[in-house]
Amino acid sequence: MTIADQSGQQVSGPLLPPDGGRDRPLFLVAAILVFLACLSALGARGAWQASQQWTSDLESSLTIQIRPVEGRDADADAQEAARIALTVPGIDKTVAHDRTHAEALLAPWLGQDNLPDDLPLPLIVDVELARNEAPPLDALQSAMDAAGLPASVDDHGRWIDAVRTSARSAQTLALSLLALLTAAAAAVVAFAARASLVARLDVTDALHLCGAEDKFIAQLFQTRFFLLGLKAGAAGALVAALVSMLVSMGESPADMAFFLPNWRLDTIEIGLLIIAPILAGLTAALSARLAVTADLRDRW
Amino acid sequence: MVRFDNVGMRYGPGPEVLRDLSFDLPRGSFQFLTGPSGAGKTSLLRLIYLAARPSRGLVSFFGRDSSTLPRAELPLLRRRIGVVFQEFKLLNHLSVFDNVALPLRVSGRQSSDYAEDVIELLNWVGLGDKITASPATLSGGEKQRVAIARAVVNQPEVLIADEPTGNVDHEMGMRLLRLFVELNKLGTTIVLATHDLQLVRMLDAPVMTLSNGHLHIRPPRSERSVSGGDADSPIPSPLAVREAVESGAAFETDLHSDQSEDTP
Repeated sequence: MTIADQSGQQVSGPLLPPDGGRDRPLFLVAAILVFLACLSALGARGAWQASQQWTSDLESSLTIQIRPVEGRDADADAQEAARIALTVPGIDKTVAHDRTHAEALLAPWLGQDNLPDDLPLPLIVDVELARNEAPPLDALQSAMDAAGLPASVDDHGRWIDAVRTSARSAQTLALSLLALLTAAAAAVVAFAARASLVARLDVTDALHLCGAEDKFIAQLFQTRFFLLGLKAGAAGALVAALVSMLVSMGESPADMAFFLPNWRLDTIEIGLLIIAPILAGLTAALSARLAVTADLRDRW
Repeated sequence: MVRFDNVGMRYGPGPEVLRDLSFDLPRGSFQFLTGPSGAGKTSLLRLIYLAARPSRGLVSFFGRDSSTLPRAELPLLRRRIGVVFQEFKLLNHLSVFDNVALPLRVSGRQSSDYAEDVIELLNWVGLGDKITASPATLSGGEKQRVAIARAVVNQPEVLIADEPTGNVDHEMGMRLLRLFVELNKLGTTIVLATHDLQLVRMLDAPVMTLSNGHLHIRPPRSERSVSGGDADSPIPSPLAVREAVESGAAFETDLHSDQSEDTP
């Protein structure tokens, strides 16, 4: 509706009439989709962070396994292996573990105090690598062989691959969900934009016949749906942040923790939650623009 | 200005609703378009205001072939054509001012540039006191005048009016006709579609009559008396129309009289 401002100048009203509550269901659906998308994004980020941490731990260490050999003192061999390992360049620290440590590692499978004393057990020497050094696998194995120790060096490669594969799977799953949710949001908004256009055919026809370009008409719907997407996205992201915080504050089973977003208030996670509503708004705007432009092209 | 050459039009696979239409609308001409319901008047008007394309033949606007016109250029051409719809097509959520200013607004002009012109136009059509009103609160005649004001605010070169007097009483019909004549005097080409033969008789203007999709063009009375018949002919110069209007002889009532008492 036109009103006159203080200087008596006519101030034009919006060309699209108010939605009159028609967009409320769309707001709810968009907010839910953005909420789920945020959880997926946080989940993908959590999986990436976890895999980075685990592979970093595995890559910065080696393990020397001392095989039990009849007639040899395994504890002494472990101590000797730890001492020799320290002489190899690129190795920062070594810790030789005794039979008690080996028994503790087996306890979850064989139980406590169930092992006969004469059961030969391999002993473990943990080797910590100096920062940014490639693992001196061959040099270490050669040093062990040269000292005549029954030792084999393990670079954890098997485990690193397994962790990376798991992390990649979790990330792929989360990103696939994110893509699906984005596509669903775009489809819902496109549908809603078409419905809105049909409900406003009187407006679009009048505009069209008055010489409005398609992009001018599309811009009207685009702006409306951008704001709707932005508001719905903000609501969804806020709820996702709250849920993520609550989940992180509570205890979760170890095997679940990997898949749950990890709320640490770091810049990237906050950035994700801020970007999500903007992306939702842009997705809504683009969907509306494409839907309206296609519809105008079909009808005129 | 607008030229039809052997134009035919059909909707989908159905029969042709317009057949072999050939005519030329010269700049500044005034013509009536009449014919029984279903004769194809609305289809012809749709072709003229670029809402439809012909199934065959050539329709050209300002020297451009409508069938090969890029879509992006259509809005620019439409801005040169004003249309008064029978059902008005006013937007009730906008004020009378905004409805009239719509063609200016969509062409990217700022309200500060056109507000004065729009208000002046609204005063000219007798709606100066309805500037902030919603069209929903106006009478049929007032709506018609808003629709006409919107159609002419952009100073179009062609004005098409579909039954502009269909919803108003005789007196208002006369006033609206006077309005079209005034616009024509200013150089606008007018095509006025009407069933009202009384209205047609008021002006010495050519009459395009559609019947079963065929067009018959009857020259103005002044030319018929010279040529001696009703034969088809190109639409002549609007000189005769203007002379008739300026002399006032064709009008039975004083079209400059005060507004009628319209009621919603």
